[in-house]
Amino acid sequence: MAQSTEIERHAYDVVVIGAGGSGLRAAIEARARGKRVAIISKSLFGKAHTVMAEGGCAAAMGNVNPNDNWRVHFRDTMRGGKFLNDWRMAELHAKEAPDRVWELETYGALFDRTEDGKISQRNFGGHTYPRLAHVGDRTGLELIRTLQQKIVSLQQEDHRATGDYESGIRVFHECTITELFKADGRIAGCFGYFRDDGRFVRFDAPAIVLATGGIGKSYSVTSNSWEYTGDGHALALRAGATLINMEFLQFHPTGMVWPPSVKGILVTESVRGDGGVLRNSEGKRFMFDYIPEVFREQYATTEEEGDRWYTDPDDNRRPPELLPRDEVARAINSEVKAGRGSPHGGVFLDVSTRLKPEEIIRRLPSMHHQFKELADVDITAEPMEVGPTCHYVMGGIEVDPDTAMSTVPGLFAAGECAGGMHGSNRLGGNSLSDLLVFGRRAGLGAAEYADSLGTRPAVEQDTVTAAANRAMLPFSSATDGGENPFVVQLELQKTMHELVGIIRKADEMETALKKLEGIAARARTVRVSGHREFNPGWHLALDLRNMLLVSLCVAKAALERQESRGGHTRDDFPVMDSEWRNVLLVCSASVGGEDSDDPVEIVRKEQVRMRSDLFDLFDLDELKKYYTGEELDGHRADGASSGEAKQ
Amino acid sequence: MSYWAHFRVWRGDSEKGELVDYPAEVNEGEVVLDIIHRLQQTEAGDLAVRWNCKAGKCGSCSAEINGRPRLMCMTRMSTFEPDEVITVTPLRTFPVIRDLVTDVSFNYTKAREIPSFAPPPDLAPGEYRMQQVDVGRGQEFRKCIECFLCQNVCHVVRDHEENKQAFAGPRFFIRLAELEMHPLDVGDRTEAAQDEHGLGYCNITKCCTEVCPEHIKITDNGIIPMKERVVDRKYDPLIWLGNKIRRRR
Amino acid sequence: MSSTTDASAGRAQIAERTLRTDRWWLPPLATLVGLSAWVIYATVRVFLQQWYFVPDHNYLSPFYSPCISYGCVPEAAHFGRVLPDLPWLPYAAVSLPFLLLFRLTCYYYRKAYYRSFWASPPACAVAEPHRRYTGETRFPLLLQNAHRYFFYIALIITVINTYDAIKAFQNADGSLGFGLGNIILVVNVVLLWIYTVSCHSCRSIIGGRLNHFSRHPLRYRLWGLVSRLNTRHMEWAWITLATLAITDFYIMAVSAGWFADPRIIN
Repeated sequence: MAQSTEIERHAYDVVVIGAGGSGLRAAIEARARGKRVAIISKSLFGKAHTVMAEGGCAAAMGNVNPNDNWRVHFRDTMRGGKFLNDWRMAELHAKEAPDRVWELETYGALFDRTEDGKISQRNFGGHTYPRLAHVGDRTGLELIRTLQQKIVSLQQEDHRATGDYESGIRVFHECTITELFKADGRIAGCFGYFRDDGRFVRFDAPAIVLATGGIGKSYSVTSNSWEYTGDGHALALRAGATLINMEFLQFHPTGMVWPPSVKGILVTESVRGDGGVLRNSEGKRFMFDYIPEVFREQYATTEEEGDRWYTDPDDNRRPPELLPRDEVARAINSEVKAGRGSPHGGVFLDVSTRLKPEEIIRRLPSMHHQFKELADVDITAEPMEVGPTCHYVMGGIEVDPDTAMSTVPGLFAAGECAGGMHGSNRLGGNSLSDLLVFGRRAGLGAAEYADSLGTRPAVEQDTVTAAANRAMLPFSSATDGGENPFVVQLELQKTMHELVGIIRKADEMETALKKLEGIAARARTVRVSGHREFNPGWHLALDLRNMLLVSLCVAKAALERQESRGGHTRDDFPVMDSEWRNVLLVCSASVGGEDSDDPVEIVRKEQVRMRSDLFDLFDLDELKKYYTGEELDGHRADGASSGEAKQ
Repeated sequence: MSYWAHFRVWRGDSEKGELVDYPAEVNEGEVVLDIIHRLQQTEAGDLAVRWNCKAGKCGSCSAEINGRPRLMCMTRMSTFEPDEVITVTPLRTFPVIRDLVTDVSFNYTKAREIPSFAPPPDLAPGEYRMQQVDVGRGQEFRKCIECFLCQNVCHVVRDHEENKQAFAGPRFFIRLAELEMHPLDVGDRTEAAQDEHGLGYCNITKCCTEVCPEHIKITDNGIIPMKERVVDRKYDPLIWLGNKIRRRR
Repeated sequence: MSSTTDASAGRAQIAERTLRTDRWWLPPLATLVGLSAWVIYATVRVFLQQWYFVPDHNYLSPFYSPCISYGCVPEAAHFGRVLPDLPWLPYAAVSLPFLLLFRLTCYYYRKAYYRSFWASPPACAVAEPHRRYTGETRFPLLLQNAHRYFFYIALIITVINTYDAIKAFQNADGSLGFGLGNIILVVNVVLLWIYTVSCHSCRSIIGGRLNHFSRHPLRYRLWGLVSRLNTRHMEWAWITLATLAITDFYIMAVSAGWFADPRIIN
């Protein structure tokens, strides 16, 4: 059963775990600062989940509407996140996103163009102006390929200089990291296995960037791929770092609902951005009934006005189909619950009545292809059936906004696995820009941290042995009566989906926590057959450990937060409560350890007060909807009229 | 609406292997990858398969289904008769690791040999101006999801292992074409396409285009235009003479 | 023999040269039969040296155009007579070899005969029988790169065919004439034009080789037009084979007196 116990060994300045957008951007930056970098990827190089991003990358370049600038983008982001965002991250993001996008063109990216040859930008939910740089509806693919090719070009540079392609950056693909090593409280390296032959590997490195993406695989209906098992979140927790905002999960309003095998696969928001409308089984555009009070002024109240907005956005308000994702997802959920859903339990999303077939195929080629191939639906002639799908986790590793370093020295995080930037709800298009902005900052932070170290922490041998033993556990602890790990995973997904899903209740979440305890026990004795060579059962048994830990954080934080905000909706506390705006829930590993009855704990933490110049960018009237009385002190003017004044 | 299908899945490694029969339950709307997953969840927990997005966007689950190179996630079960035997094997051009998983490192090696985008030296980020008509051709090639089905089906390397050294394959011919047609690229890869990347090996029998899940016109829009550019440079005496005279002046 | 079934490079051991279950052998077989039949017909007709011209209506078979042998009837020799009249020398010996080479080096026909005549490969994912393969990297297949020259010559010949088709509107006595034969000749020549300009080399020459379409709006539009035709190059290739044979057969039939040309005008 167990093959060689030998452990392959590598030493690098910076190890980046995850080869999606943020990981690759971090690696590029660290390499640019002269560091030797390893990129570790669970799947093949260039297959990361970033390819699934469709709509675009938000950056206030002002190419389509010159009124756009970083302040508008910042405000949109904070509003979308219901003012729970780490405002410093939102500020850096809004300011730096355009540079990050332009940089991609120098790497060879080919975005769609405007008439005057600039990067074209499209409308998206929650964004005041057309802001998303895009390539049809395959922007994520463009991003990942561009970064991948940039890495190759850096390797070619290194090859010219040293004769070795891998002297500066080496990609270790199909490699899973299971443990981080610390020495003297600082990061010292990490441990993992290669998926193909199961051999173990350790990396000695003073700085590690986690860029592992999300946790959606803990849910049954998700747009996420198998990789999204919350590895980075769990690795960070186990290394002593903290997670914040874990109760906030984004359910994308439009996932496919039929056929069952593709349930959850994403239907891009661009469909709505380009004119698609949502209707219930009665043919009604129901979104007009769901405009929440805080957004009442920004959205059209009649179909006529909403329709006019597509051609004349300056004099009309946008249709409510383009509300932030949490609002739309909840609305769809309510319609289906009220019995006004489509035959397969979703609602209708129709773009065929709004655009000519050629135009649909030009603007939404992947969607056309996806529905044609997978559901036998021609979106140029028929409506799609869509429903909410678990899409994104706003929560993640708590990091310093400027350096992306977590509370553990030497441990950095960027992209979806980092928390704070999006508050309680992420705007569409803000994740690709997040990847680039904070991927770069994490790479930079890691490089500077590595430079600042005198002596590097040495990996302790017994931690390596412990990690190897832990990785072998599924083989040795497997009992004959043990369950198939895939069955346990399905149980976990079902539990989270049904009990800690889009609408939450205290008693259900308490049930979920009890169930998770049972699932954890079952996960420890799953049956793993065969050997270490490309053994999906073994891989899943190891991933289950991470999924459980992360699911616990989500369930516990969700139970704790007694209000509804963004990606967290409580049936028993249905309204947003200003008292909670200032409260961040921080999840950390408990003293008892991972195998105890209570592996994680939640503590409350106060949000840092927003810098006054940023605070002043908002109207006092708007802030009043979110903030409590004394928090409003010090706003630039009492009842000042316009937020545009500072531009 | 469910029925039992007869699956034959290749199980084995680089040493040995065979087609193993499995009965498998099939439900409405399912694709081949769903069935492979069901086998994992029931009687073959260690059946190795590579997959990611299950939506035809990442290009991981390439395999050969009834002898035809396909993405498992985009092959609907409804395209088969219920009584049809469905044979699934790994890609046959690359070394097998285990079961349906192959070692595709050939492609990553070739990717490194293609000279990268060469940005114009005098343009700063943000100053790039390109017209949609000038980026359209490149965008078609950039739809590529790197499933490597074209690399797998191409007989130049599929049937002739010895050509792997000299031949980059269709995926990298469209990469070359993309860079050569880029309106701002200042590199020149035309002659290298023939001399170093083996464009001349291609006899345009178009299997790459046939299997491309992104429906990229690899041959008509990528390879043949590159062949014509090579002719411009290497085999067209008129153009050669013209350039010679122009340079003299 | 083929690496596909050879496990020495670490590939999956599968003995079958293909696991395809469809009738993959049908398209190459159909191509083989179709092309062979056409070549046999054309060869017979070209060396027949009769029934190629209908003097009453000036119908000249495309297989005999331009008719420049001393064996040609003077009325059919629109461009004079220069070649000796020999049984093994086709009357249109200056054009036929180039037309043959134009089609032989055509990117579509290459696919067709590499697959059906050479089995290289016979069909996608079906192992080919050859031990070695060097493609078009060396002589003689390197000469396929001369396609564009044969394209230039084919353009000239298509002009000549066009002239023939126009000339056919004039009866022997100089009066205007119009019959079924004219329709066939015109359809044939229009399709020949489409096949010729839809050529991949033409597509490159007309605009494909440019990197900045936006700076050459006219060439971009022409490229767009040729590109649209080019997507059906295979269809044009087969259609024109058929129309060439039909045109020639029709003229043969009328010329041999098997039936009379139905006239619409005179």
